Order: sequence, then C-alpha cells, then structure tokens
Amino acid sequence: MFKDVTLGQYYQGDSLIHRMDPRVKLVGTVVYMVSLFLFSNYYCYALSAIFLLVVIILTKIPIIYMLRGLKAVLFLMVFTVVCNLFFTPGEPIFKFWILKLTMEGIQSAIYLMIRLTLLIVSASIMTLTTTPNQLTDGIEKLFKPLAIIKLPVHEIAMMMSIALRFIPILMEETDKIMKAQTARGARFDSKNIIVKIKCMIPILVPLFVSAFRRASDLALAMEARCYHGGDGRTKMKPLKYAGRDIAAYIIMFGYLGIIIALGLLRVFGIY
Amino acid sequence: MKFIKAKEVTYEYIRRDDDGNVEGINRAVDNVSLDVKEGDFITILGSNGSGKSTFAKHLNAILHPTEGSVWVNGMDTKEEDKTLAIRQSTGMVFQNPDNQIIGQVVEEDVAFGPENMGVKTEEIWERVEEALKTVGMTEYRKYSPNKLSGGQKQRISIAGVLAMHPKCIVLDEPTAMLDPSGRKEVIRALRALNEVEGITIILITHYMEEAIYSDKIFVMNKGQIVMEGNPKEIFSRVEELEEYKLEVPQITRLAYELKKKGFNLPDGILTEDELINAIKGL
Ligand SMILES: Nc1ncnc2c1ncn2[C@@H]1O[C@H](COP(=O)(O)OP(=O)(O)OP(=O)(O)O)[C@@H](O)[C@H]1O
Ligand SMILES: [Mg+2]
Repeated sequence: MFKDVTLGQYYQGDSLIHRMDPRVKLVGTVVYMVSLFLFSNYYCYALSAIFLLVVIILTKIPIIYMLRGLKAVLFLMVFTVVCNLFFTPGEPIFKFWILKLTMEGIQSAIYLMIRLTLLIVSASIMTLTTTPNQLTDGIEKLFKPLAIIKLPVHEIAMMMSIALRFIPILMEETDKIMKAQTARGARFDSKNIIVKIKCMIPILVPLFVSAFRRASDLALAMEARCYHGGDGRTKMKPLKYAGRDIAAYIIMFGYLGIIIALGLLRVFGIY
Repeated sequence: MKFIKAKEVTYEYIRRDDDGNVEGINRAVDNVSLDVKEGDFITILGSNGSGKSTFAKHLNAILHPTEGSVWVNGMDTKEEDKTLAIRQSTGMVFQNPDNQIIGQVVEEDVAFGPENMGVKTEEIWERVEEALKTVGMTEYRKYSPNKLSGGQKQRISIAGVLAMHPKCIVLDEPTAMLDPSGRKEVIRALRALNEVEGITIILITHYMEEAIYSDKIFVMNKGQIVMEGNPKEIFSRVEELEEYKLEVPQITRLAYELKKKGFNLPDGILTEDELINAIKGL
C-alpha cells in the first residue's frame, strides 16, 4: 500500500551533481524556481529548459525517473491548467454555459504548464541526487544564521532526520496492524467512505501508542549517548565546499543574470 | 578498584492523579548495595518487574536515587556537571534495537556518541572504524540499519557505545527481542569485549544461560538483591531461584534432579560437557 510513497527518494549514483554540496543544490533549486517566475516569456523558458536538460544529463539519471515526479502531481497540474483555461478574463473565443475559453486563458495555461513542469522536475533532481541526510545537514548549515533570532535550527534538522529514519519503521508497523485488524474482520477494501474512516481508528490508535513509546525510548537512548543539543557537537561528515561547488554557484547566478537580462530586454521591447 | 559503587539505593516511582496529588508510591528499587570491580563481567538476573531496568538507569545518571548514592568511576551521579562524563564512561544498550539507532546509515549511527562529545572529525572516523571492527560489522558500515537482522542491530548499538570509549557497558536485556542465533551472536561479542578489551560488562537479563560466563551474578526480586555469588554458587540453589520465578538452565535442572534421586554429582553444573564428565566419573 505504501510502495508508491516517494518521499525523499534517492537515486544511487556518483555523478557530478550527486557529489555536489547539498547547500549548492538547495540554493540552486530556489534560484531556479525564482527564475521561472520572473518573466512570462518563451525565450526565457527555452533557456530554462535547456539549462535543466544539461543538469539532467549531468546527473546520469534516466529522464523517465524525473518524469515520475510529475505523475504524482498530475491531478493538481490538470486542475490548475483547466482553471486557467476557463477562468482567465479576456476576449472569449468559445463559450459554453458559464465556461468561456479566452485567448488570454490559453496563453496563461501554457505558461503555467511549462512553469510547473520545469519546477517539479527541478525539485525532483534535488531529491533524487541528495540523500535525506545530506539534505537535513544542508538545511541545518544554511539556516544556521537564523539561530540568532532564536530559531531552533539544530533541533528542527534533528527532528527531520529522525522522522526520516522512522518513516519506514512506522510504515512496516502500519502494515502489520492492518493485517492484524483485517484478520479480525476490518474491511479496508470497503467502498463506503464512512466504513473506511471507521476502519482507520483501530489502526491509528495502536500506531500512535507505539510511536509515542518509540519516541520516549529513543529520547532515553540519545541521552544515554551524551546528546545534549547542538552545542559543542562535532560532525563525522561536516559539509565543506569544494572547487566544483564554487563553480556551480557562479554558473547558477550567471544563469539568473542572463534570464533577467533576457527578460528585461523583452520588456523594454528591444527584441 | 571499585568501578561502580551503589550504596543503599532506593528508588520510588510516585503515581499522581490529575490534580498532582500523590496516589501511590511504587518502590521499584529497595535498599540495593553493590560493588563492581573494573574488568568484571556481571550479570543481574530477575523476573519481570523486579526493578532491574530501574536500577540500571541509575548507573547512567538517567535516574537519581530517592535515597542512597551511586558512584561511577569515583563520580557521584547526583552531581550534575559530571553527568556527561558518567555517560561517557558507562555506556548503555537497551532492549529494542529499533528504538536506539539514530542514524540512517550504520557508520553515522556509530558516530552519534562521539559527535555529541565533540570529538574531532578525523578521530570520529578512527573510532567508528575501530568500533565496527570490534563487533565484526565493518562490511555493513554503509548499510541502512533497517536492512540488518536483530542481532546485527544490537551489535551496531554496542559499537555506538564503544565509539565513546567507555570503561563499562550496561546492557538492559539486549537479547530479549532476538532469536536464539542473534542471542548467541550478542553474548559472544560481549565476552570478547570483556576478555580482549577489558571492558566491564553489566548484563541484565532473565535468560540464565547467558549468565554462566559471568564473574558474579546478582539476583533481584521485588527491588531487592536476594542472591549474590559466582555462577556455580547461584545455580546450585535451584529451588531458591525458582521461588524468584527464574528458569534454571535445562542441564543444571537435570543434574539437580539426578542428584536429588541419589546420584553423587557435584553442585552447580552449568554445561553439557560438565554433566557428561561428572556422569562418566560416577
Ligand atoms: N516509568 C514508570 N513509572 C511508574 N512505575 C514504573 C515505571 N517504570 C517501572 N515501574 C515499576 O517499577 C517496577 C520495576 O520495574 P522495572 O522496569 O525496573 O523492572 P524490570 O526488572 O526491568 O522488569 P522487566 O524484566 O519487565 O524489564 C515495576 O513494578 C514497574 O511497574
Ligand atoms: Mg526491564
């Protein structure tokens, strides 16, 4: 039942992108997303798409894998595109009941589709090439300055990594509980939504009880191993920028600069 | 040298109702005194609810005695600024392997303790390497803990403690959730640690077979220490042990019954070989 959950999925590999510092990838993804929303301009989109394609080739991951990320949000995409198609105000070219198809609608639906596709693929590149562990390390290090305003950065990162460690364990447990309840006559396959919801209760209650017990055991084990928060803690694998990471930052902001230039030239009607 | 010294330790769990009024007092550890020498292999036996876990948590400064005192390596566990030093010198391994592994990769979990202690990166690598080698898990260092067997997970937990360079390890029923082969695997690792590395081991269990290698056994019942001695002495008192709801190993039981029937066998036979030799000698 949980086989298709793809949260934090990682594609084993040793490419340039895989070896890149997780901070570069995090910042890179954000910069890329921003670049997509700066201008609505086909020239900019073409450049963004080429840039993304080059990165995909560098990851050495089959493109099929990237597109799988799209499948998960297909419904959301179709929904927003349809909304844009029919509810954008403008000159109607086709009318049916309360729906009207406008030129502007078609235009913005296409823009949106391109943007969403590029956005989701770029996000999945990050999760596919970065282990959850590196990701939390990257987040902790990137947001460290925010500790000054009393944001518990270390604690949040620790929570994320513990959650990631326990997701498979709790899923296995859910499976076990479900089987046990099925044996006692629970009907998870019922079409009736009320019956279905009622069936969830005998799963959730034991699951929560066990999760709390695990949490208190784990807290004890962490304390017994001298855990006392982030102060004075060292790392087995500290993050360190290499030459390629600096180069990646330069390329990334170079790309952003070109997008902005391209967009502005268009706005001022140079081409 | 006394590595651990517990003097008249009493611990009470206080049950309160919703308004915070005391509803009842549960005396889980009752006036326990014991000494552990450095380098010893100690076993604490006791049936369910006899207070073993509660007592064990005192040795790691997780709980503090209601009355009495505990000294670990000369440090009083009541002194708060010594807590980390105590936890470093006396590591603790718990029952459920899943609930004590923190890292998502074996080697990162082993590194968790040294990281907390602020050990330098290069030294963490050395310690992880060494600890994994000691428990024989080097080839699994890049594995996810979820892919290991119960016995292997417990060996990782032991490695995680070893990487902190402790003088003593307390294990609270480390084999309770394992199958017989996993149980043997863990006990073998512990004996090697004790004999080769000279680490003091305090093993808490209710499997008596696991106690036969120890230098000294303490038996707990209802929070008190009711028996103490070496395995031979303890295992010759079969009836007493059964009174405390402990199951005597089959071989010992058999020898005991034979002896009762009039055969002239020595007291406290622990292994098959011993029994065979004793019978041959009749
Ligand atoms: N957190 C707690 N709050 C209240 N009472 C507790 C708590 N933990 C244990 N007790 C009680 O203290 C007594 C001793 O429990 P303890 O867990 O130390 O026994 P144990 O010998 O480790 O048993 P087991 O073999 O089941 O692990 C029991 O009566 C138990 O009910
Ligand atoms: Mg216990």
